[in-house]
Amino acid sequence: MPAIAARGITRRFPGVVANDRVSFEVLPGEVHALLGENGSGKTTLCKILTGLYRPDEGEVHIDGRRVHFTSPRDAFDAGVFMVQQHFSLVDRLTVAENVVLGWSPHRTFRCRAREIEAEVAATSERFNMRVDPSARVWQLSVGERQRVEILKALYRGARILILDEPTTVLTPQECEHLFASLRDMTASGASVVFISHKLREVTAVCDRVTVLRRGRTVGAVDIAAAGADPRALARLMVGHEVSLATKDPLVVGADAPVALDVRSLGVSNDFGRLRIKDVSFSIRRGEVLGVAGVAGNGQRELAEAITGLRSHTAGQVLVGERVLRNGSPGDAIAAGVAYVPEDRMGTGLVPSLKVTDNVALKDFRSPELSRGPFVSPKKVLARTRDLLDRFDVSGRPDSTVRQLSGGNAQKVLLAREMSSNPRVLVVAALTRGLDVSAMESARALLLEAAGRGVAVLLISEDLDEVLDLSDRVAVVYDGRIMGIVGAHGADRDGIGLMMAGIEVAA
Amino acid sequence: MRLERRTTTPPWLRVVVPIGALAVALVLVAIILGASGHNPLSTYRAMFRAGFTDRGALSATLLNATPLVLTGLCAVVTFRMRIYNIGGEGQLYVGAVAATAVGLALGGRPSGLVIVAMIAAGMAGGALWAGIPGVLRAYVNTNEILTSLMLNYVAGLLILYLIFDSTSYWRNLTSPGAKVYPQGKMLTSRGWWPAWHLGGLAIPLGFVLGAGLAVGVTLALQYTRTGFQMRLVAGSPAAGRYAGIDTRRLILVVMLLSGALAGLAGASQVGDFSHLLDPNGLEQAMYGYAGIVGAALAGFEPLAVIVTAVFLGALTNAAVQLEGPSFPDGLVGTIEGTILFCVVSGALMTTYRVHRRASDPGPPEAPAEAITSPVETSLVDSRAQS
Repeated sequence: MPAIAARGITRRFPGVVANDRVSFEVLPGEVHALLGENGSGKTTLCKILTGLYRPDEGEVHIDGRRVHFTSPRDAFDAGVFMVQQHFSLVDRLTVAENVVLGWSPHRTFRCRAREIEAEVAATSERFNMRVDPSARVWQLSVGERQRVEILKALYRGARILILDEPTTVLTPQECEHLFASLRDMTASGASVVFISHKLREVTAVCDRVTVLRRGRTVGAVDIAAAGADPRALARLMVGHEVSLATKDPLVVGADAPVALDVRSLGVSNDFGRLRIKDVSFSIRRGEVLGVAGVAGNGQRELAEAITGLRSHTAGQVLVGERVLRNGSPGDAIAAGVAYVPEDRMGTGLVPSLKVTDNVALKDFRSPELSRGPFVSPKKVLARTRDLLDRFDVSGRPDSTVRQLSGGNAQKVLLAREMSSNPRVLVVAALTRGLDVSAMESARALLLEAAGRGVAVLLISEDLDEVLDLSDRVAVVYDGRIMGIVGAHGADRDGIGLMMAGIEVAA
Repeated sequence: MRLERRTTTPPWLRVVVPIGALAVALVLVAIILGASGHNPLSTYRAMFRAGFTDRGALSATLLNATPLVLTGLCAVVTFRMRIYNIGGEGQLYVGAVAATAVGLALGGRPSGLVIVAMIAAGMAGGALWAGIPGVLRAYVNTNEILTSLMLNYVAGLLILYLIFDSTSYWRNLTSPGAKVYPQGKMLTSRGWWPAWHLGGLAIPLGFVLGAGLAVGVTLALQYTRTGFQMRLVAGSPAAGRYAGIDTRRLILVVMLLSGALAGLAGASQVGDFSHLLDPNGLEQAMYGYAGIVGAALAGFEPLAVIVTAVFLGALTNAAVQLEGPSFPDGLVGTIEGTILFCVVSGALMTTYRVHRRASDPGPPEAPAEAITSPVETSLVDSRAQS
């Protein structure tokens, strides 16, 4: 009897069918991957399984019983629990307090702290997920916080655990640890649904995988039987053969002129805490410097300081010989710094505006797009047509960016930034949220820019991507560069240790 | 039943919805009228006559509409950038004060000069008053809704002080009538603004200026670099900064422009209508606030503001005519209120659709909910977001 059996699930939203007669089955005691490109309906399906949405059609059975969830509470009473990408923990409370927050087996008014801590400790022991129950959440690392989220579910007796892209915030070592705990859980008879883009992880940890494409179930595959081949899964996910471009080692080498020079940079975050500490590096023309690190170790602040969106508190940023004015995005643009920000919809693009307006976003003052005090609609339209054509974007110039798919929106952004003939390209999120085919073209575009002599700073949480596309990799931890290593034939374990803040002799 | 945000709004809906809302309002008001013993049909006929077809009615309607066009534009230029200048009322007062001062001072000069100087002074006065919340918003990030609103009361007290509580330059201290009840000093006829006469219809200079500015604002929003920057910042302030736009300067410029438009409305009140500073008249009319309603009715489209201003002007005009012993003031207000309520809430239907069939408790997965085009903004919506 399957732990989850969802049959014929259909869920419509205005303009889209997010789930179209989806079937999904998870057996007791297995780790089951839910795989699919963005917009393939994974999130909708999980929200249905956890009571956030109700299906328009179809039925859900948990442990053989038909269920009608109307709230997450119902789902949780049936033993289904989801760990979201963004944690819902109270920083100032202890681990044990967070675990019992909102639900506790003791129906008493008084909070028996010691007793609860002992119970939480026992649960964490049982699944080999060590955290100190009396520690306060703010003291914990991101990986430990994730463990608290999972403990919360286990302590409450979850039998089915849904994890939404759990590894984005983890170092490779922490991932291994998580996978081991997942196996402990399934050994006790629980089931895990594992949502991920990363095929390597799916083949490493999962027993079976269900692939969704455009709201429909493509199929369920037994990983062992399929030979654990990430390429085969990718083909299933996209529907055709996938080839991802990788960077050839830089030929120009050490004599190429330096395009971006960052000297002892210090940057604070919005709350005045120093998030980038004395960082120095330089990038030559045509070189790609990757920045690897767990999310939230200062990558955002680094990108924003270089592009002028955030003032730095120490040091300098030089493009060629020119020292950039501190905190001036306009000056960075004028110096030839192009930027593909992390927040694509909202910073890099304005979703409510037309593609034409978004193409003119930075360049509307230049004589190429304006006449006197006016922005010339004719010139903007001509450039838009040209870019849509050259960068192979499917979309009309007068449709709003919101109407484009994630991949096409990213292409519009890349097209605009690369067509400005930049000297430096800062990319904070090249492929996040993109489907595999859009990922292919985004990677190819980035390498093409480098081939033309642009110095690229590539920031990514996906270590594979960084290693594939970069010449050198800078590993950041807590606002410092732990080391810069060559990307070709790099030692993944060494990088993983540096990502965790452990000094490694070069 | 639940509301769902529309992904796109078909153009015909923008025309059909207000007309439908008006029809609903007329039915509701008919019920109220019937219940209070009035014949709805004859009341409507009387209102229409008083608003448009009676002798001189349309001229009176246009005179009412004149300040509303300008204060409506005052609201449009800021609301389109998701800055909310609620201070049109106060900016109008200050514009009237400045225009009156200049008109009095230049009393004997050629009429053309006096009028141009009054226009300039009115706009400068309004801009100055709007500049206060503008600077505060741009450089210290103060909520401009509150500051601009509060300054309305300050400006209101200022004009009362100038006429009632002081022996100011604006106050008439000589005529016998003014000794009994304080009033403003009258401008010489050189400061009276001309009107164009088409048959029996008088079109005030202020209305012509307002209509011209409505065209100007439309073109500016659509085609100029400043308009482009406003569109960007409205769509996403973060993207505006990313594009290297000096958002602070832009906010200030837009606030000054907005205030200048309201200030011009004040100048026009003096030049076209009262020819003196009349605090009670200005404060009772509440043109600044009514302009926001007009702008919302117009969906924040500058050209549509002309239409809604005439509509609101006619409604006020009709209301004045209807009032009498058998038709109490309160009932007039009820009619006005019901019509406005229906039209403004009708605007919701252009951004949302009603979805029948009970469904999930969660909100629909609309992409990037928080950022909507300013054109889609109904008043309801903009308040919710501000």
